[in-house]
Amino acid sequence: MKIKNKEALEKLQKKLSKEFSKFETLVAICGGTGCRGSKAQKIVAAFKKEIKSRKLGKKVVVKETGCHGFCEKGPLVVIRPENIFYQEVNEEHVTDIIEKTILNKEILEDLLFEIIHEGQKKAKKKKAKKKNDEKRNLVIKEDDVPFYKNQVRTVFGQNGYIDPKCIEDYISYKGYTALAKVLTEMEPEEVISEVEKSRLRGRGGGGFPAGRKWRSCRNAAGEKKYVVCNADEGDPGAYMDRSILEGNPHSVIEGMLIAAFAIGSKDGYVYVRAEYPLAVENLAFAIDEARNWGLLGENILGTGFTFDIKISIGGGAFVCGESTALMLSIEGKVGEPRTKHIHTVESGLYDLPTNLNNVETWANVPLIINRGSDWYSKIGTETSKGTKLFSLVGNVVNTGLVEVPMGVSLRKIIFDIGGGVPNGKKYKAVQTGGPSGGCIPESMLDLPVGFDELENAGSMMGSGGMIVMDEDTCMVDISRYFLSFLVEESCGKCTTCREGCFQLYNIVQRITEGKGKKGDIEQLEELSVTIKEASLCALGKSAPNPVLSTIKHFREEYEQHINERKCPAGVCKALFEYEVDSEVCTMCGICFKKCPSDAITWKKKEIAVIDKIACTKCGICFEVCKDDSILKV
Amino acid sequence: MTEANTLTKKKKVDTKPLAGILKKYPAIGESLLAILQDVQLEYKYLPEVCLKKVSNKLELPLNQVYAVATFYNAFSLKPKGIYVIQVCLGTACHVRGAPDIVDELERLLNIKCGDTTPDGRFTLESVNCVGACALGPVKVINGDYHGHLTRNKIEKILKQYK
Ligand SMILES: Cc1cc2nc3c(=O)[nH]c(=O)nc-3n(C[C@H](O)[C@H](O)[C@H](O)COP(=O)(O)O)c2cc1C
Ligand code: FES
Ligand code: FES
Repeated sequence: MKIKNKEALEKLQKKLSKEFSKFETLVAICGGTGCRGSKAQKIVAAFKKEIKSRKLGKKVVVKETGCHGFCEKGPLVVIRPENIFYQEVNEEHVTDIIEKTILNKEILEDLLFEIIHEGQKKAKKKKAKKKNDEKRNLVIKEDDVPFYKNQVRTVFGQNGYIDPKCIEDYISYKGYTALAKVLTEMEPEEVISEVEKSRLRGRGGGGFPAGRKWRSCRNAAGEKKYVVCNADEGDPGAYMDRSILEGNPHSVIEGMLIAAFAIGSKDGYVYVRAEYPLAVENLAFAIDEARNWGLLGENILGTGFTFDIKISIGGGAFVCGESTALMLSIEGKVGEPRTKHIHTVESGLYDLPTNLNNVETWANVPLIINRGSDWYSKIGTETSKGTKLFSLVGNVVNTGLVEVPMGVSLRKIIFDIGGGVPNGKKYKAVQTGGPSGGCIPESMLDLPVGFDELENAGSMMGSGGMIVMDEDTCMVDISRYFLSFLVEESCGKCTTCREGCFQLYNIVQRITEGKGKKGDIEQLEELSVTIKEASLCALGKSAPNPVLSTIKHFREEYEQHINERKCPAGVCKALFEYEVDSEVCTMCGICFKKCPSDAITWKKKEIAVIDKIACTKCGICFEVCKDDSILKV
Repeated sequence: MTEANTLTKKKKVDTKPLAGILKKYPAIGESLLAILQDVQLEYKYLPEVCLKKVSNKLELPLNQVYAVATFYNAFSLKPKGIYVIQVCLGTACHVRGAPDIVDELERLLNIKCGDTTPDGRFTLESVNCVGACALGPVKVINGDYHGHLTRNKIEKILKQYK
């Protein structure tokens, strides 16, 4: 069933969208990794079964989609076209949703999102959950949920609508229109100009202008050229790329096809992390489908254009996200970066001209072609155009994937969309840019997000990880965390990165153990400069960023660790002891019962006492105590 | 590596599945990673005999095969346990207390992260972000996600796998 030409594609799009419009109701169930982790697939199965047994198959269609974004409240079920948003759904709700909401248009209040204001929160905790006496601020529609309301979802827009394992779905939403347009109406040069005019910059972290990269690759000498998609997403805490691949793989395939036409390439690769099995599965399925429909392979849409894509599965090495290492890894070799005096657009994969872009960069391309570079370049700031996906995670109320126009402030993302910091704790910092990035304090929250803006603040946008940290986070420990990650992930090829990061780690580790010395901070700074200057690839060049940015913004915390031997956040175990607050202790004895080290003495109606010598500081007592009477001193 | 050697010698490795894997891929260098991934999946580690056969088939020096096998986190030269516990130590999970989860697992299983219990039941590993940050701290046991972990919950979860 190959689509012969542009007209056939258009006819098919019309036919499919008419067919889909026959359904009265679309049940969109999130099947992203987060919701799957909370058993979303059981909900899908239950819906399908019941729709079938009630013979509703002609009226209701059930789709397992990719991540909707609001992972915090998963599993999510959205009833369209009304867009009724149900959260934290489980199998037992399925019958009710079908009977009440789908058949009788009744709303199930218990499954709705509720807006709770700060003041209400504490009162709420004490009261039983469902009380009718106070008016609840419930939200019915998806778009009215504060998390979604402040977003602009262009790249991620279809994720909550389409089934990634159904190419017809993508096509019915005008999928592959951009491809047909470039193949039949545009010259390769024009495509490149259009992308240049859109001022799209690479989303993988570097922010290199995509159009300029394509042009260099097109101009590079050589018959055979490669187009590669970077889906390594090594930044721990970022999962935007995976969610695009899982939820809308055809948008990436279409983007790559367009570039292949513009550059003059027949061979594509997608390099995916092995830790992303669902992304691999959905992408492989999509590639097969695209091939079967004649959208990959030879003579695409009858235009004589040929392109195909292979998947290469990574082995779980952070450095393989770096362009030159990634290409070696595709060749089946050890992924050690090389110097880039010759660019990969001239000599990349198998020493041939190679154009590498990030997943999100690719997913932007069809939008630019469809809606035009003028539309695109109106979104964002002067130097950063379009929208950007962020994975908003850590100590934040609404964990999830957020898409906003470039230029929006960090405060808006973290507080308006993210709902701020949970449990009444105070905000401390947000970490952006992964292991190459830095921590941004409260005072800089009004910074607009954009490539240059974040870099000037001593961080970087990176691929879009945004990890919020509350007052209980120790910044010295965060610095130690990233260093231990980098020591582990440095490929070891160049000395400053291999040995330098190790020395940084040793110093910071010593500080967290209460063995810091005067002059340590200065030595960290000095070493950092050397590592930045002398390392071979961007991993080493940016490795000191987490250290430098925490020193810059939280220097007093380092000083407290070193001079007073105190960890104000109560994280570094060598620097505090557990103690029972005798005024608060209710003598319940739970700490005594749970302590694995027999370090607590307690008798009925007596206050518990912790033996500081026997205590291993495992923290279980702190966790199980309901009255907050265990202190870190 | 010595440990891997003694372990492989103890039990003879059946190379039939390997033959099947080798047939699936063209005998070129590019196939190395994919082949090793399949071997890892099939045997739960990379047995020495398999590495030798792969090196022969692809006409790559054995040292290059070992270089790749030891470079990537996905591969292990030691056999893994029946249940592989992957604790996420991604940044999001870290700030939500993942290190305590590792400590507690190490204490309960009486092994260090990266090792396997002597009875071969559990392997404890750390990974960087499994993409379920909303559930953090998270661990994955043979593909099952367990989220919102606290130290207190771990023993109960482990019991399900005894
Ligand atoms: C250590 C290191 C890790 C990287 N990891 C990734 C990654 O996981 N994903 C990604 O798209 N780019 C990553 N990059 C950036 C790539 O080298 C490259 O710039 C990018 O994929 C190009 O695509 P873009 O222009 O579309 O952003 C990494 C760079 C370095 C130095
Ligand atoms: S995985 Fe379901 S909303 Fe993200
Ligand atoms: S950081 Fe643990 S799942 Fe993302």
